[in-house]
Amino acid sequence: MAEKPRLRVPSEAKKGDIIQIKTLMSHVMETGFRKDEAGKPIPREIINSFVCTFNGHEVFRADLEPAISANPYFEFTVKVEDSGTFAFAWVDDNGTVTTAEQGITVS
Amino acid sequence: MSSLTRRSALLLGAGMTLTLVAVDNSMATPAEADAEIAKFTGGKAAESGKIAIDLPEIAENGNTVPLAIKVDSPMTTDDYVSEIRVIGDANPNPGIVRFHLTPMSGRAEAATRIRLGGTGTVTVLAKTSTGKLYAERKVVKVTVGGCGG
Repeated sequence: MAEKPRLRVPSEAKKGDIIQIKTLMSHVMETGFRKDEAGKPIPREIINSFVCTFNGHEVFRADLEPAISANPYFEFTVKVEDSGTFAFAWVDDNGTVTTAEQGITVS
Repeated sequence: MSSLTRRSALLLGAGMTLTLVAVDNSMATPAEADAEIAKFTGGKAAESGKIAIDLPEIAENGNTVPLAIKVDSPMTTDDYVSEIRVIGDANPNPGIVRFHLTPMSGRAEAATRIRLGGTGTVTVLAKTSTGKLYAERKVVKVTVGGCGG
């Protein structure tokens, strides 16, 4: 997965604000239920975990199953009290971890 | 909010009957979905009226159906929604996704895009840090299933 995940995180917020975060990750999310042209099952390969941390504390996590659409998209909220960094990690069935980071200034 | 006319309710009913006939063995049954629900609730009764599910009534493409969930919760360190579980009875596996929230979430909200293999019921369950259980369901009619074949 060479493509970078897309993030939408506000760059600034006021202390105590509840901000919205949106993430989009490129991934086929192969369910394992499909068959190829020869009738052989195509092995499952999905992102099974997504975690967002803020300054090292977990704020949001999702356990994904094959019923999540290709290119998994998530939208969630975070209440920010301090400036800091959001770190995002997507883990797929092969153990490949894709990470991204984005900072926010809280005044 | 849900403005089902008599006609569309009838149509929806007719569509569901047809799909039930066409469902093959690879789809999870309502019983399997119920078992997955019981795994989350531990058999305890769940309160309704606390969860708002935003899902289309008719999804033309089951490959990507937008799902947004809002749970009524103060989201304080003493009382917050810690877990949201989404379960469907029209996919090969009943499990769809599980969200873990924290008091830092601010609001008990999450949105994603899901696959639905056919017309069926989507159940959303939520657990609070105080041990309360909430549940809500929504029927979605799917025109083209999203599980490949």
